[in-house]
Amino acid sequence: MKIVVLLKMVPDVVEELELGPDGRSLDLELLRLIINERDEHALEQALLLKERHGGTVTVVALDAPEIDDVLFTALARGVDRVVKIEGAPETLTTHGAASLLAGGLPDIPDLLPADLLLTGCQAMDDLDAQTGPFLAQRLGLPYVGVISGVEVDLEAQRAFVSKEYPGGMHGDFEVTLPALLGIQAAATAPRYVPVAKVRAAMQSGEVEAISPSAQPEPPLVEVLKMMKLEAAGHAEMLEGSVEEVAGRVAELLGERGLL
Amino acid sequence: MGLGNAMVNDTSCEITLDNLLEMPEGRRILTCIQCGMCAGTCPYGDVMDYPPRKIINMLRAGLLEEVFASASLLSCVACYTCEAKCPRDIRLTEVLLPLVKEQTFLNLTEVPPELQSVLQDTLRYGNPMSESPRKRTRWLRTTDVPVRDLSKDAAPVDVLWFVECYPSYHPRGQDGTRATARLFQALGIDFGILGNEEKCAGECARLLGEAGLFDTLMDYNMAVFRNYEFRRIVTSGAHAYDAFRYQYPAVGFNYEVHHTTPFLASHLDTLRPLLTKELDLAVTYHDSCCLGRHNGFYEEPRALLEAIPGVRLVEMPHNRINAICCGGGGGGMWLDTYFKEKGYERLSDRRVEEAVATGADVLAVSCPYEVSRFEDSLKLLGHEDRMVVRDVTELLGEATGEPIEA
Amino acid sequence: MAGNIWVMAEQWNGGISEVTYELLALGRELADGLGVSLEVVLLGHEAEELAAGLGEADVVLYGDDPALQEPTAEAYSRVLTAVIRERGPHGILIPVTNVTWDLLGLLPAELGAPLLNFCKDVGVADGRLEARCLLYGGKMEANVAATGTPAILGVMAGARAADGPAAGEAPPIERFPVSLPEAPRTELQRYVEAEAGDVDLTQQEVLVAVGRGIGFQDNVELAEELAEELGGAVCGSRPVIDQGWLSLSRQIGKSGVIVKPRLYVAAGISGAPEHVEGMKDSEMIIAINTDPEAPIFSVAHYGIVEDANDVMEALTEAIQEAKG
Repeated sequence: MKIVVLLKMVPDVVEELELGPDGRSLDLELLRLIINERDEHALEQALLLKERHGGTVTVVALDAPEIDDVLFTALARGVDRVVKIEGAPETLTTHGAASLLAGGLPDIPDLLPADLLLTGCQAMDDLDAQTGPFLAQRLGLPYVGVISGVEVDLEAQRAFVSKEYPGGMHGDFEVTLPALLGIQAAATAPRYVPVAKVRAAMQSGEVEAISPSAQPEPPLVEVLKMMKLEAAGHAEMLEGSVEEVAGRVAELLGERGLL
Repeated sequence: MGLGNAMVNDTSCEITLDNLLEMPEGRRILTCIQCGMCAGTCPYGDVMDYPPRKIINMLRAGLLEEVFASASLLSCVACYTCEAKCPRDIRLTEVLLPLVKEQTFLNLTEVPPELQSVLQDTLRYGNPMSESPRKRTRWLRTTDVPVRDLSKDAAPVDVLWFVECYPSYHPRGQDGTRATARLFQALGIDFGILGNEEKCAGECARLLGEAGLFDTLMDYNMAVFRNYEFRRIVTSGAHAYDAFRYQYPAVGFNYEVHHTTPFLASHLDTLRPLLTKELDLAVTYHDSCCLGRHNGFYEEPRALLEAIPGVRLVEMPHNRINAICCGGGGGGMWLDTYFKEKGYERLSDRRVEEAVATGADVLAVSCPYEVSRFEDSLKLLGHEDRMVVRDVTELLGEATGEPIEA
Repeated sequence: MAGNIWVMAEQWNGGISEVTYELLALGRELADGLGVSLEVVLLGHEAEELAAGLGEADVVLYGDDPALQEPTAEAYSRVLTAVIRERGPHGILIPVTNVTWDLLGLLPAELGAPLLNFCKDVGVADGRLEARCLLYGGKMEANVAATGTPAILGVMAGARAADGPAAGEAPPIERFPVSLPEAPRTELQRYVEAEAGDVDLTQQEVLVAVGRGIGFQDNVELAEELAEELGGAVCGSRPVIDQGWLSLSRQIGKSGVIVKPRLYVAAGISGAPEHVEGMKDSEMIIAINTDPEAPIFSVAHYGIVEDANDVMEALTEAIQEAKG
């Protein structure tokens, strides 16, 4: 079974986000990037499917700061091949990045066709596109997203997926393969890989790099201004020691008849 | 890594009986007389599938796979009791068990989730609290003592003060840190800190088997040290002290290294006249595993405490070499839920009961994990009104007559 | 001459979802601002009676097909693409929920149209639609404009207040032809109900919600103690459910439950849009988070910047004392 996982890096919000000088984007100097959490789940789901069905998993990503660490870690987790697409301009909206991926995937030797493509169904910088559906549409593949369960019948060329709806409800879908799936959660949490294995992967593993000719599509939206969350409609902040604050809250609750 | 770097460049990370016996500490297991002191004194020896004695027996019999397949060593809190009691001086806690745990780790099908995120975040952010490295020096805003941050203002200094993670980020750790800064200043120490360039020394990661994480942090810290000029390192972290003293020399570390408590004790003559405020307190001192059992610094903290006017020392029955670990070492700090699920008693609860029974007002400690673990236990056991926990530096700071609250 | 403003009616659980009416209120403002009509698109099968409450719109554009019985993205995207190309609206407002999530990805891709996602608010400026969009887990906002039409706008719940279905007559219904020639490549087999939890969160007056910020699973106990004092129940954000600290039935938010209790205590929750969606209409929201810039503070009535566990503990005590 041949699986391709698309992943991307997003701003790490553990570091405080600051606005860049243009007022319309993040300050890149202070920014640190981290793997998109949903993509990590997509990767884990791919590895689980590989364990069950055999085959290979290839990870593809646009080049970005610190992506090599992520790719080597993927190799250490059991991925067979990691490829990065170079040459992306520094700032891209999700739409531009997705178009580069879509344009670059066919250029990667021995990659497509694959049975299944997996990616996270959401990322915190998804302003003007969702990577999964965009790629699916460009590659002519069926798409279902917000998925937290995947089973595959290779012979029948079908995937059976569980899609999340509101209120804890799920929908069971049958999808023809090849397909692209947007993962919300893998069946089990992304596995830990000991750092020694990652270091070993860094020594013996390889990150393939390709520079496709495709240019990113121009953005269809214009970011006029970016700002930190507005103070309007902000909570009344309670100050003081923990005990004082707790006492104040107890008072407030008492006033409301909640005690 | 303390094993003659056998593992550092080994891409296969595999241990066999043959290559185990080629290592100095590995060969030592042949001298074990199976007396059982280790298993008998281990605080969790009764819940491990294979306590230390059995592990050695099995390794010698070639049953490596079975040993590495068991997760029971996750219960080891690296308290150094087995190592301290071993009549053959086998360096169990420091060398052999981490070696076994490393293999266990590589084989674990599931890492307890809390531990997993702590390890991942330590690698990424350089601290186990998942805080941004840029917030490591936030405590500086709350102290009036001038502290040279070498990363912003480099100059040769006598002492590089390696503050460590809990003392930097944790509010209760910061209390001790502020006190330490004040004491250093009062003693006229010429010191500086690495600021936000400081990252965890990683000793607890190493003790639980994450040798790769330790190596990565060690490489990083050594590179940072080389950028600055200093004569010696003083650290507030008891585990960091062990890392610098026993592991880092393998990669060229050759600075003099001290932990703050014995370091301050060595300045007692200058310090004593500054301890002017009388603290009318009965204090019982908890010997931390690293400083105590591992390194023998039993009398230094006691000397410091006795120098404080009005302090009366009271000993717990299990003191010095017999002290009961707080349960935070070797990953224990982040395995409370895992231990709870298995029904293990919390060691810090056991220790706090003993402390409270002495009737003392204060439980004095000198390892950063102990403050939060013992305070949690005091709350849980309903003893918060009877006793407080204070780091030795906090008490010294108070005795200099200066308030140490931020 | 601008095209009309469209709203896609979201169907879920046998009816039109509340957020649809919010979008209609917003759509009316935008249509007036552009001097055009407000039209609502309703897709389904034998579902005309659902048009009854959509009177805020000038007309209901209704597309009927068995394949549209359930809101599956593949079919909806095909049909919407065709009718949008045919009729050239200026923009279409679609609510952001799990039901529409895939559609919001597929439709703009199929159309080659601009997408403005996670809109908190939308307005008209110089004949263009401009939106205030949430980014980075709700930590940043951006003013974004569509550079072409039609524009697809994913609008969050809460953009406008709405009193539910419009009173009075249903608007005129215009059926448009639906053509779905190809066999679907994605097929909904069945819905699977959530396992009945021990507690119906929507019926609770008080909820204590925990997020990743409580650190360890152990600390859920603190929330349970607090909830007990207040006669409420414990629930959580997605991450704590994923980690297994609470069962799925306790999840609040996009994939979970929407609640409006009298009191909602958010302990260690950052306030990402997917969670806020589930609790923003609570009568009183008290948020505790060590990050003063956590988005939850813009939704909460009272905020405390402290360790959530410390506060939960102290609050339990304070309440015990107050109760005497």
